[in-house]
Parts: sequence; C-alpha cells; structure tokens
Amino acid sequence: MVEKIKRIISGGYLGLIVLFLYAPILVLMVLSFNNSRSRVVWGGFTFKWYQSLFENEQIMEALVTTLLLALVAAVVATIIGVTAAIGMNAMQQKSYKLMMMFTNIPMLNADVVTGIALMLWMVNFIPLGFGSVLISHITFCIPYVILSVMPKIRQMNMSIYEAARDLGANTVYAFAKVILPQIIGGIISGFFMAFTMSMDDFVITYFTKGAGVNTLSTMIYGEIRKGIKPEMYALSTIIFVIIFLILLVVNCLPEKNKKVEEKKF
Amino acid sequence: MKKVGIFLIVICMLLSSVGCGNKREIVGTLTVFNYGDYIDQDMLDLFTEETGIEVKYEEALTPEEMYTKYKAGAINYDLVCSTDYMIQKLISEGELKELDMSLITNKDNIGERYWEFSKSFDPENKYTVPYFWGTLGILYDKTRVKAPVDSWGVLFNGDYAGEIIMQNSMRDTFMLALKYLGYSLNSNDENEVRQAQQLLLEQKPDVQAYLVDEARDEVVAGNAVMAVVYSGEAYLGKTYNENLEYVVPKEGSNVWLDSWGITQKCKNVEAAHKFLDFLCREDVAKTNFEYIYFSTPNDAVINSLSEEERNDETIVPSEKSTENCEVCVQTNADITELMNELWKELKSE
Amino acid sequence: MNKKERANKQSLISSPYIIWVIGFTVLPLLVIFRYAFTDSNGNFTFKNVFATFDMIHMKAIIYSLGIALGCTVICVLLSYPLVMALRCLNLKKQKFTLFIFILPMWMNFILRVLAWQMILSNNGILNFVLTGIGLEPLRIANTGTALMIGVVYDYLPYMVLPIYNAISEIDEDIIEAAKDLGADGFTVFCKIIFPMSLPGLLSGIVMVFVPTMTSFVISDILGGGKVQLIGNVIEQEFTKAANWNLGSGLSVSLMIFVLISMAFTTKNDNEGKGTAIW
Repeated sequence: MVEKIKRIISGGYLGLIVLFLYAPILVLMVLSFNNSRSRVVWGGFTFKWYQSLFENEQIMEALVTTLLLALVAAVVATIIGVTAAIGMNAMQQKSYKLMMMFTNIPMLNADVVTGIALMLWMVNFIPLGFGSVLISHITFCIPYVILSVMPKIRQMNMSIYEAARDLGANTVYAFAKVILPQIIGGIISGFFMAFTMSMDDFVITYFTKGAGVNTLSTMIYGEIRKGIKPEMYALSTIIFVIIFLILLVVNCLPEKNKKVEEKKF
Repeated sequence: MKKVGIFLIVICMLLSSVGCGNKREIVGTLTVFNYGDYIDQDMLDLFTEETGIEVKYEEALTPEEMYTKYKAGAINYDLVCSTDYMIQKLISEGELKELDMSLITNKDNIGERYWEFSKSFDPENKYTVPYFWGTLGILYDKTRVKAPVDSWGVLFNGDYAGEIIMQNSMRDTFMLALKYLGYSLNSNDENEVRQAQQLLLEQKPDVQAYLVDEARDEVVAGNAVMAVVYSGEAYLGKTYNENLEYVVPKEGSNVWLDSWGITQKCKNVEAAHKFLDFLCREDVAKTNFEYIYFSTPNDAVINSLSEEERNDETIVPSEKSTENCEVCVQTNADITELMNELWKELKSE
Repeated sequence: MNKKERANKQSLISSPYIIWVIGFTVLPLLVIFRYAFTDSNGNFTFKNVFATFDMIHMKAIIYSLGIALGCTVICVLLSYPLVMALRCLNLKKQKFTLFIFILPMWMNFILRVLAWQMILSNNGILNFVLTGIGLEPLRIANTGTALMIGVVYDYLPYMVLPIYNAISEIDEDIIEAAKDLGADGFTVFCKIIFPMSLPGLLSGIVMVFVPTMTSFVISDILGGGKVQLIGNVIEQEFTKAANWNLGSGLSVSLMIFVLISMAFTTKNDNEGKGTAIW
C-alpha cells in the first residue's frame, strides 16, 4: 500500500516536471500549425509551413550546417573530453585543480566575451568559416563532456583496471573492457550535452562564422526583428519528433539483447 | 555505445538526404553585409542569374555587431548596409569608397527627399545609396486609450502605468525623452541629457518592459496598451490587429535611414556598383518592399502603390509627420560616454 | 613507486586536451586580458577592472548572484525528489527517461524563451488557464519571478543529469542492507544516497551556477529588460557601447570572482576523492 502511494506521488511529481519542461515545446508545436505569420495571433489551422519549409533552400542549407557542425563538434569534444577526464583523474591534486579551473573558463565567460576573444584570436591564422566555428564549438563543448564524465570516473574503481593490466591486457583492451563500461553513461550524456549545446549556440557562432555560413540559430536570431518565420517552428517540430522517435526505437531494440545476456548469467 | 551508433547513422542519413544546390557559371563574387531578413533572398539569385556574380551574404542584427565584425577584419566585405549614424562612423573612419554615380543608372528612382535625409550623415551624397527608411513612434490600441495619442506625453503622464513598452535601446529611449523636452535628439549638452534621464527615471515604475523586437507582439497580443516601435514594425502590427494605430508624436521623432555603401576593401568595384544599381531598379525594389514592408525611398515603387497604401503613415510617412523629425548622427565622444553611464544607471534602478 | 609512475603515464592521455586548452582557451583569454588592462589608447590601466566596484556594476553583480544562487538552490530542491522519484518508479527504460530531460534543449533556445514569454504574459496561456478555472490572473510577466522561472527551466537538466548519473551508480545491495538493519527511507537518503551523489551534485552546481551568473538573453526577454544582470552589462559594453576595454575588465573580475567561489567546491571535491565522504 505504502509502495503504491509512493509510486503515485513519484509519478505525479515526474509528470509535473515533464509538464514544466515541455510546456514551451507544446506552444512551439502549436505555432507551427498557425495560419497567421504572427506568433501572438491564431489564424486557423494549416500545414502550409511544412510545405514551404522544404521548398526553402536557405533553411535546408542551414539545417545541414547545424547538424554537421553539432555532430563533428560533439564527437571530437567527447573524444578529447573523455581522455582528458581520465588523465586528469590520475593527476596530482594541484594539477587537477588547475586543469579543472581552465575547464570552467569557457563556461565562466559571457558568450559574447568568448565569441569575440575567439574571433580576434583566430583571425590571426585561419580565415573565418566553417572551420573556425567548429573549433569554437569544440572548445565550449569539452567542459560539458568533462563535467558529466568526471563524477563517473571518480566513482570508478581504478584497481580493476590495474589488475587487468597486471594480468596482461593491453591499454586499449583494458580500457574498453574495464573503464568504458563503468563510465559509458557519463560519456553518452556528455556527448548529447555537447551536441545540444552546439545546436543551441548563437553568440559564439555569430562572431566566429564567415560570410555565407549559416546555422539555424544564426538564422532565427536574424529573423527576430521581423518576427520568426513559421517555417522555423515547423522545422523545430520535425526535428523534435524525429529525435523522439529515434530514441523510442533505439530504446526498444536493445531490451531484447539485454534479456538474452541476463539469461546467460 | 550501440545507441549512439544508430543515432549517428540516422543523422548521417538525414544529412545526405538533403541535397545540394545546383551550380551556375560564376564570373565573380561579392561579399555583402546586411541586416537580418532584410532582402528577399530570391533577388540575390536573380542578381546572380543576370550578371553571373555570386553573392556571399552575411547578416547582422544590430549596427554595433556589424561594426564589430567589420572592424575585426576577418572577412573582406565588399558592400555594407547600415544605419545612419553607423554609416557616418564608417565614413569618418575612411572605410567607404566614393561611389561612381554614373554607374548607378537607376539612382533617379530614389526620391529627392531621401537624398536630403542622407545629407545629414553623407553631406555630399558621395558614399551611400538609401535602401529603406522609417520613423520611430507610438503603436497603440485605440480601443484602450482615453484620448487620441499625439504626444510623447502619454508615456510620461502616468495615465497608462504598467501598460507601456519602451525600446531597450539607449539612443531610441533618450531620443524620445529629449524630443519631449523640446531638445534636439542629437543634443551635445550634458545638462539636457541629464534632464532626459531624470524624466526616464521617473517614468520607469510605469514601464512594463524595455523590449526590442518583441515590443510589437506585446501590443498585438494586448499585453500592453502602447509601445515605442519603428514604423515598419507598426505596419506589421496593424495587419495582425486592426485596433492598432501608429502615430509619430507632434514633438517630432527620429527618422532613420539604412543605406548601402562600398567598402575600401572592395576588389570588384564594378560588380559592387552593379549590385547597387540592381537594388534601385523598380522591379527589384518593389519585390524587396513587398517582402520587408518598411518605407522605401524608391519613388518609382511608391508611385505604383495603391492610393490607400500611399496614405498609410507606416508605409509612406507624410512630409507633415516628419516635419519635426531629425536623423540620428554621432554625438560627441564624452556625451556618448555619459549617455552610456546614465542608461546603465536607469536600467539598474 | 610503480603506482605513481602509472598515474603519471595515465595523466599523459589528457595532453590533447591540454594543448587544446592552451590554444583555444588560454590564448584567446590573453586577448581579453590585454583589453582589460588597457584603456582605449592602449595604455596600461587598472581602471576597467576596478570599475567592478562602481555602484551600478556592484548592484548588477549582487542581483546576478542572488538569481544564480536562487536558481541553483531551486534546481537542487527540484532534482533530488525527481531522481528519487525515478528510482522509486523503477522504470525499465531509465536511460530513455533521462533523455526526456535533454530533449527540450533540442528546440532552439530563443524559441523556447519566446514561448515562455507567451505563456507568462498578462494575456498569456497561463492566465488563460487560471481564469478558466476561476482563479485570479497572475501578473508575473516582465518581473524577477518570470526571470527565475526562465533560468530554472533552462538549467534544470544540467542539475538533474549529473545527480542522476551519480546516484544510479549506487549499489542496490547497500541500500537493501541498510533497510534490513532498520534504517528508514529518510536515513537511507541522508546516510547513503546523498553522500554518494555529492560528486554529481558538485558538477551540477558548476553547470547551473556559472552560466546563470553570465546569462543575459533570459533577463532581456522574460525580465522585460527592467532588471540588469552583470551578463547584460558586459554584453552591452561589447555590443552596444563599443567599450571593449570596460567589458573585458568586468569579465576578468567576474571570472576571478567565480573562480574563487568555485575553488571552495573543488576543495570539497578533493577531500571526497576516493574515500568515504560522511
């Protein structure tokens, strides 16, 4: 009985938080079906923005740039971040602290400051373009990876890894078999966080990008002045639904594998 | 790890499914710097089709951002479009090239009135070609005001406490206070600027919010009775909510002007002139006007409008409404600095 | 000896990161320092850094500090029950549940903030619902409350994820053992779950507190521009007033200030390294 009440309360609380997080998303989804161009006037139901979205070359180009950028930045940031976290964990306290301080710096500065600093610095050796934006994104994504992997690494038992090494496993093998399974949760959430941060950034992208390179964020900000184009709401809705479906499918698939593994034991 | 793998594969599929555009024969490129959403993108394609000159297009949100990026020197812009006082700054720093007006055959489409406006920052009309212009005024809900609005006074007399949206921009906000007090909006007098700040400080409790781009929507949605907005915004607001009215207060206001100039760094001067000429052409100007709906300085376009549109204050501000208006120019450095300080003080109160 | 050597060797694998940090964090930072310690003519000065102590700037810093602390505390208070609820529900697809917290961030930030403005405004969706069920409408648009809702909304996932990650590592057997020995739920939380979640909590605090200190978009849109955070001041100095020197000066002192406060948290972190925390 007590268990049941507990579950109801837990479920209710979870529901409230989810409502809080998804309320604005719902608003945006509704807006994508709004016949009026203004976000504050309801002009009836329509699908036309979805159609005009796919006819809009600029938006499609920006979408490709955004995804490519986020993907490459997140992959690179995850690799650098995970190796950094493992290395830092083995450091002396002093160097660990110092490294942690530098890790926090990109998050400490206002985005404008980071953006302008990177722009002024990179102007010296590379032309602004996709590459310079990528470098900047990797720079501000790494701290998020480190911060989500670090707690896992701290809780990890290093002696198992050392035992594996003593028993003759090479570094890569020991890493893959001992360390990776223990921190994979942190790596996944770090990767997704990096991907998300990169997708969402505007200010740093704006200052480090070259002419002709556009991401969805820079496009949306450019539109604020005259009202955001409803195609953007439609695109956001599509992205959201696709990701949601992917997660749903991906999460249903491995369930079977796990059961098989469990049986083995 | 498997999940991430599948995720990556799907993303890659998405990326490859969205195809790339077709290529045309290119004889040259121009790098163009303009405000966000400030041209009908089809016109850029049309220009490339007609001339074979490819346009690399870059957008900015505010004149200051534009200046920051321009000055960093990372990108060699050929053409920039910016606002009056920023153009003035660029001219005074020697960043703009003198135009060869004989190459801009369509320049006569631009009315005499607008070349006059230009003279306040480009005294000999040597460096710039007007693009769009407008006024700053009050957009209000006529069903919710007690009397017709015709003065900045409604913002300061306390009648609409909590129902006012001001511009979150230093120059615009000080401008209207200065105008209300009867001073020039380009005042270089410390005392006048301080008086304006005092007025704004007293007004602050009555202000619901200082917004920039969202100001129009707040009035359209009925969250506030009135907002200080640009005429182009007001036009859009009126199309969404027919109870709205726009007025340029009788004390006068700001006439703003966005113009094009060719930078010193420009390598393909001939192409740049072609682009300016293209923008002044009637059909192009008309398409851009219909896309942006800010006031156009192109008389040929204005003449082609319907009677009703031509009489709309938000589309073609009348001579009468701009009678007391001024164009914003750079103030003295110490006054600018003082204004910055006073503005921060106002905001942190 | 062997162990120490191994540790040294292991720390080498962070060298790509160290190179990256020097190339793209430290060196660009020097650019900012150069601006911070010079005036507009390029002469050395402390003026910009000391400007932090001006009334206007102090006010903004104190206000930002309040918002950042408030936001962090609210996020912590919301996160623990949430993580416990997730445990209690014992959902099979826990990873999936987690993604539910990341997913909203896939919609563009500015679009979400504008959506909040529509929800909270005087004629907005929230008030529509409230009057619909016979309650008084709220006037929270363009106030500190709206700002607080905005930052909590934006940063909550950054608190939930690390705490969840840390807690999900706890061995269920330990908790069962404690229960068998007579500990009630509260004791289990205080003596086992909370202490074991500390590393996650600390990363959460960093990820919430630090960005909140420097945020400015939310206060501009949801706070109605009537409140001034230090992020707003810095942003304005760079993009509006074109006074990069002052903007850099303020950034540098803000950075030092936050680093000092972070030093306390990392200190605690180090004490907890490896050994039992409680």
